[in-house]
Amino acid sequence: MVLKTLDVLGPLHGYGIARRIEQISGDLLAVNQGTLYPVLLKLEQEGAIASEWGASENNRRARFYRLTREGRKQLQVETQDWEQTAAIIARFFEVKAEDFS
Amino acid sequence: MKSLRRFFTRLVSFATRGTQEERLQEEIEEHIALQAAENLRAGLPPVEARRQAMLKFGGVEAMKQDYRAERGLPLIEDFLQDLRFALRLLRKSPGFTAVAVATLAIAIGANAVVFGVLNALILRSLNVPQAESLFIVQHGSDVGSHSYPDYLDLRQRNRSFDDVAVFAIRQSGLDTGKDPSNVWQYETSGNYFDVLRIQPYLGRFFHDSDEHGPNSAPYVVLSYAYWHSHFQNDRGVVGRVVRLNRHPFTILGVAPPGFQGTVLFFASDIFVPIVNHEQLSGEKILNAREIHWMFEMVGHLKPGVTPAQATADLNSVDSYLKKSYPKEESNDPYTLARPGLHGDYLNGPTRAFLTGLMLLSGLILLAACANLGSLFAARASDRSREVALRLALGSSRNRILRQLFTESVLLSLAGGVAGLMGSIVLLRRLSVWQPFPRFPLHVPVSPDANVYLVALVLALVSGVLFGIVPVRQILRANPYEIVKTGSTGAFGRRITVRDVMLVVQIAICAVLVTSSMVAVRGLMRSMHSNFGFDPRNTMLVDTDLRTAGYSGERVPAMQRRMIDAIQAIPGVDSVGSVNYPPLEPPGSWQGIVYTDTTADLSPSNAAADPYMYNVSPDYFRASGTSLLAGRAFSWHDDTNAPRVAVVNPEFASKILGSIPDAIGRYFKMRDGTRVRVVGLVEDGKYKNLTEDQQPAMFLPLLQSPASWTWLVVRSSRDPQELAVAMRSVLRDIDPGMVLAIRPWSSELGGTLFPSRMATVSLGVLGMMGAMLSITGIFGMAAYSVSKRLKELGIRVALGAQRKEVLQAALGRAFKLLAIGSGVGLVLGLLATKVLAFIVYQATPRDPLVLTGTVLAMALLGLIATWIPAQRALSVDPAILLREE
Repeated sequence: MVLKTLDVLGPLHGYGIARRIEQISGDLLAVNQGTLYPVLLKLEQEGAIASEWGASENNRRARFYRLTREGRKQLQVETQDWEQTAAIIARFFEVKAEDFS
Repeated sequence: MKSLRRFFTRLVSFATRGTQEERLQEEIEEHIALQAAENLRAGLPPVEARRQAMLKFGGVEAMKQDYRAERGLPLIEDFLQDLRFALRLLRKSPGFTAVAVATLAIAIGANAVVFGVLNALILRSLNVPQAESLFIVQHGSDVGSHSYPDYLDLRQRNRSFDDVAVFAIRQSGLDTGKDPSNVWQYETSGNYFDVLRIQPYLGRFFHDSDEHGPNSAPYVVLSYAYWHSHFQNDRGVVGRVVRLNRHPFTILGVAPPGFQGTVLFFASDIFVPIVNHEQLSGEKILNAREIHWMFEMVGHLKPGVTPAQATADLNSVDSYLKKSYPKEESNDPYTLARPGLHGDYLNGPTRAFLTGLMLLSGLILLAACANLGSLFAARASDRSREVALRLALGSSRNRILRQLFTESVLLSLAGGVAGLMGSIVLLRRLSVWQPFPRFPLHVPVSPDANVYLVALVLALVSGVLFGIVPVRQILRANPYEIVKTGSTGAFGRRITVRDVMLVVQIAICAVLVTSSMVAVRGLMRSMHSNFGFDPRNTMLVDTDLRTAGYSGERVPAMQRRMIDAIQAIPGVDSVGSVNYPPLEPPGSWQGIVYTDTTADLSPSNAAADPYMYNVSPDYFRASGTSLLAGRAFSWHDDTNAPRVAVVNPEFASKILGSIPDAIGRYFKMRDGTRVRVVGLVEDGKYKNLTEDQQPAMFLPLLQSPASWTWLVVRSSRDPQELAVAMRSVLRDIDPGMVLAIRPWSSELGGTLFPSRMATVSLGVLGMMGAMLSITGIFGMAAYSVSKRLKELGIRVALGAQRKEVLQAALGRAFKLLAIGSGVGLVLGLLATKVLAFIVYQATPRDPLVLTGTVLAMALLGLIATWIPAQRALSVDPAILLREE
């Protein structure tokens, strides 16, 4: 989700990402925003995202995260994976008893 | 690939964690500020806006922890954190730390020492090639078990060994041109070095081919240690001729360093071929089949031959020998044994002894762990509020346990290292220690990697062991209850397993203290008991005139010259000579005597088997033996005069029938000679200190000559100076004579060795026991005080006196101590009956011992309860009640 958000919206700071995820999910996913940071760190260590200091909307120092080339690749792979998984699950839901007769 | 990269990034961030921490903090603040700003825009009041923002963000500390876990190397970081915390805690309670480390150091050190000895004597294989196929051949269970002809037959007829070698041990005088000295030699068969597959360090060894019948191989090989100490590593010694008991021998070479033959505890100086035995000793026993004087027969089994097969083979040779020489051969079967500890003769007892010791020290370590465990539990309950707080703040129990284990393992490692260092020092000293100055006996127990490893493992295991004790306590802890009510749980009144264990421990400690006190008292008494001579201010000069080449008439003449020469040294009071001094290990000479009326002189009619000393006229004065009646000898008691003797009262009452009328009576020697008693000297100790009073007789040197001579020199001069002076005057008489000069009191060390050893080991055990009971009582008392701190506070607030507070806090500890000490004291007094076998004059009915034990136990109790008592007394009810 983080990768996709960054892919769509370009570089963002932590708060921005958290807000965006909330908005996109229609406030259905309202977890503790703090949990975002360990995830960001993990992604950064994997090289999927990079970060640098920049100025935030109210002109304070903020850390901006952006997608790297590798991150884009990873996003692609994961999108595929997800679509495949979703497709499989979807098929299970579509199955009706008479399909087997 | 990805995980590798993560690992390296983590490594980097582990190193730079300070700046990262700031970055996170900044991000969090920014995040919350943004959220708050947004909330503000949504119309909330500023304070509420910020509160909502923080609520939304969630637990900052928990998140930080996650973040850190994600970022660095959490295991190492946690470990370092735990380590720092543990160090801080330990520094905060130095008393506890010192007691714990000392207990562990002693317990682990004891284990390391015992294991070191076990390792060196039994586990480690001999320092010879292919030691696993090397066996010694035993015949019966005596020390010396083969005759030389038997060896030759066995060597020729057996089919199981590659080859067998044989050796005997003897002492000789080695003269290299200056100051001849005694050396211990292995007299070996020519093939000895070839059988053991040893290569020379320098020069060459002698071989089978060097032997051509009796006295044909005047060659000597030096041990490395002797070459190093007496020839200063001179590589030019090869080919040099030295004199061994006055006979020229050529030095062939030097054995490699560390080679000590097949007997671990006996370090020989030189090796000579056994075919030259007659030349060296003057005894013609090489071809005597009935004299079993070979020390050991050794050889490598042929590949594929099992020990059982070899034993059967040897016994079939034996049955042939028994048929051929029915008179000379004994009925004992042949057996094989591992080399190193002289076969089953020492191997069995040593193994049993060391296994017992190992078990005992293991038990001590276990008891130490149990004690430290209860100490730890006491500390854990002290810290229950801290633990509860940590649990409430979201710390996992796992993490708390890890921290506790870090602390216990840290302690045990510190104790282990201290114990190991102590044991290394002890083992090194033990390796160079020679309990008997005349014999090159020692225990080669230098520690090696095995010992270090065992100590380390023991330390870790014991750390985990005593760390485990409080685990249940922590796992069961309910943080909410504890935080709410303070540390709870009434201190149980019922008798727990721990109480029983503590009583048993105190009892054992009291037993040890009692027995070590009894032993020390016994030793002190035996040091001051009447030996029948006075070793103070007396020097002994040990020399054998036969090995120096004297025989017949020349022996007594020479002895007299030596006595006269030393008598002339200024400062010498008196000089005497004796063939073998009393209380000199392994034991004095004895000879059977008959009463004057006995006609049939067969051994079964003998009146007694008294100790027998051949002494010069002045011996009694020089040795400080007081003459009770009659006269001492003079130089006129020679072969032309009637035979005379001086006896002790025990001899007089046993053989002559009466002490007052002993003078002038007669008794008969083994050969029927009538001997007149002319003097009576005081009773003494002759073989060992614990013996019952034994009869002894003294015969004049000129009437019963002996070539072995110990000069007894009484003088108040400095022993060192005197030794130099004596050496020089004796050298003037005969420069080739072997002399060993020592003070008599140090010579007695060998005799006192068993009781000294018993005392030392009991003392060490007593100390360990004391240490354990101190920690045990301390743990119990501290625990009880900390559990009841609140109650004590209330008591103080209600006006309880110091005495009542102490009674409430420590009454139980003292009760346990009293019960344990009482039981231990009774058991200890019973145990001294056993102790009396080893320690001379060990009597439990000694008021000093009783009071000493009681005092020692009381002192132990006082030391152990001092800190908890202080704590109980310093209870300030105001602070306490406010706090809880």
